[in-house]
Amino acid sequence: MARQRLLQAVHDAVAEEMARDPKVVAYGEDVELSIVGDLRGLHEQFGHDRIRNTPICEDTLTGMAVGLAAAGYRVIVHMMFSNFFYTGMDAIANQMAKLRLMTGGQMSLPITVIAGYGAGAANAAQHSDAAYPPIMNLGGLNVLVPSTPADAKGLLKTAIRGRNPSFFLEPSGRGGELGEVPDGEHLVPFGSAAVHREGGDVTVVAIGRMVKPALAAAELLAADGIEVEVLDPRTLVPFDEAAVLASVAKTGQLVVVDEARECCGAASQIAAVVAEHGFPLLRGPIRRVTNPNVAVPYAPIAERRVIPGEDRIVAAVRAATGRDQAVPA
Amino acid sequence: MTTGTSEARPGAAVAPQAPTPSGAQAVALYERMLLIRRVEERLRDESAAGHLPGAVHLYIGEEAIAAGVCAHLTDRDYATSTHRGHGHFLAKGGDVDAMMAEIWAKAEGICRGMGGSMHVADLSKGILGANGIVGAGLPIATGAAFGAKLDGAGAVAVCFFGDGASNQGVLMEALNVATLWQLPLVLVCENNTFSEFTPSREVTAGAIADRARAFGMPTEEVDGNDVVAVWRAAGAAVARARAGGGPSFVEAHTYRLQGHFEAESFVLSGGRYREEEEVASWRDDGKDAIARARAYLLASRAADTARLEAIEAEVARRVDAAVAFAEAGTPADPGLAETLMFAPEEG
Ligand SMILES: Cc1ncc(C[n+]2csc(CCOP(=O)(O)OP(=O)(O)O)c2C)c(N)n1
Repeated sequence: MARQRLLQAVHDAVAEEMARDPKVVAYGEDVELSIVGDLRGLHEQFGHDRIRNTPICEDTLTGMAVGLAAAGYRVIVHMMFSNFFYTGMDAIANQMAKLRLMTGGQMSLPITVIAGYGAGAANAAQHSDAAYPPIMNLGGLNVLVPSTPADAKGLLKTAIRGRNPSFFLEPSGRGGELGEVPDGEHLVPFGSAAVHREGGDVTVVAIGRMVKPALAAAELLAADGIEVEVLDPRTLVPFDEAAVLASVAKTGQLVVVDEARECCGAASQIAAVVAEHGFPLLRGPIRRVTNPNVAVPYAPIAERRVIPGEDRIVAAVRAATGRDQAVPA
Repeated sequence: MTTGTSEARPGAAVAPQAPTPSGAQAVALYERMLLIRRVEERLRDESAAGHLPGAVHLYIGEEAIAAGVCAHLTDRDYATSTHRGHGHFLAKGGDVDAMMAEIWAKAEGICRGMGGSMHVADLSKGILGANGIVGAGLPIATGAAFGAKLDGAGAVAVCFFGDGASNQGVLMEALNVATLWQLPLVLVCENNTFSEFTPSREVTAGAIADRARAFGMPTEEVDGNDVVAVWRAAGAAVARARAGGGPSFVEAHTYRLQGHFEAESFVLSGGRYREEEEVASWRDDGKDAIARARAYLLASRAADTARLEAIEAEVARRVDAAVAFAEAGTPADPGLAETLMFAPEEG
């Protein structure tokens, strides 16, 4: 075990996979010096044919990934911020997500797109989205949103070795969470949720960076005798429906915490899945704690208000248990 | 060739040292063009008869470009194509039976009936696919050329795209990346003077080839209805790419003889965007690519009329056989979309 920041775990995953397979090639804007930090040193280690800076042209970066993958390479595209999915969207939505079916299964596209996401660094709206819902909607793309360094490493390695396009979302800025990462080969399978805390009263499904405030909320609520089960899906596509339903079967209550906007967001999708397949298990309405349907504001004081925090999660869980009247200040 | 200059305008005299296809090569070019023409004519008729499930965008009039370019390619080279992609598919060695079965939405189709006319692809032949998104082939071909460069084995990637696609921003991006990284990429702009129902001149500023010249990319403009001219220009571009000399741009001037897609008269409902006399003038033997290729074969004595008749008969037989194959095919598996989105991770 080694204690690492999430972005160090990302670095190690890429470095290990590049060393393991000479067909792994990475590119993106400013990946050589890697101001994000996750790919730092890889250019020196692997050279220009394996990892290189590109011009700023996201539609070409995503489109090139398709051509390069079709030519037999395993492609890692670093897109810096998930907001830049939007500028690279044509090849993501119309090519990457569709060409396998459209070619009758001839094309396999081992492409891993890495991007930072989320608010909290006063980057304002164009650098603060959690832009995975539009990716989830496309149907042919894996979506990975790890919350711990160990999961980040394990999911990323699985993605790079896989045969399909995967979008790997890492928290923007500050290196991410600290955590223990197992030594040696560490792979995490897709579609398998992790339970971070067990509890019998309310299930809280928390995505990516939302796991931390969810755990903090669970701690606070435990003091009041409310036992929260905190479940982290780890991958949104594929989604571990069985794990969520099993937890809801136990608790009868579901709160979903998501940093994407409410409308058509991941929380909405999860709520719909549980409502559709687990309705008899529920003892009350599903509650979503998400960013509101607004652009993320710049001022830190305004920004903090849109990101789901401990307080909003606590309130939602209390409401679910019918104990929302007794909230202490 | 000098970088960034116009080499040959349509009708310009050919330099005396310019290479010329051998008799056998010239016949092969003609055979490929004729197959494309007759396949497309058949699809025109089948579409009019209501036999095809979707729209078809036909390549009639532009055959010399696909044939002249692809004659220089092998299966290890890559090509990306457009919504008007049957000609590129056939010229790059795609199977006519499998293409027709695809258009007929059959399980035997090259894409198992999941792509259709606008998306024929055969990865085993380096055909990365026709594409319904105008301009989408540009970055895909650039990526394939990057792979070919990393492989270092002399393969090249060709991107076919239209004058309409030239107005997509990805053209500039591809020109930039390909030049910067000296990728083995040949960009072939098929300027057929129309972008759907809009004359190109109404939506296109300046000369398209100048866009490539601005990047210092070796650029040539050719008469796209002269298969020998296309063959020469593409030969130089492909050879340069194979030898590590980087990307090239070929703008082939041609004319779309059919409508944007078959049955366009329904959507136009009386609206007009070109004059019948203009279309007729391009059907004239002096301009039509097939008639000119035939005249070239006779003049160069690469083939006599008996040979031409034999080719015509053989092509007709191939087309009939392909249509019969398509018609006799099994309907596409309606459940494939549920199982084919992701590649199986095991195995
Ligand atoms: C991104 C995108 N925009 C618009 C269209 C609709 N469309 C299909 S073909 C076409 C014209 C393309 O013109 P050009 O590139 O010159 O090719 P041509 O049809 O002349 O062969 C348009 C606008 C499309 N398919 N994709």
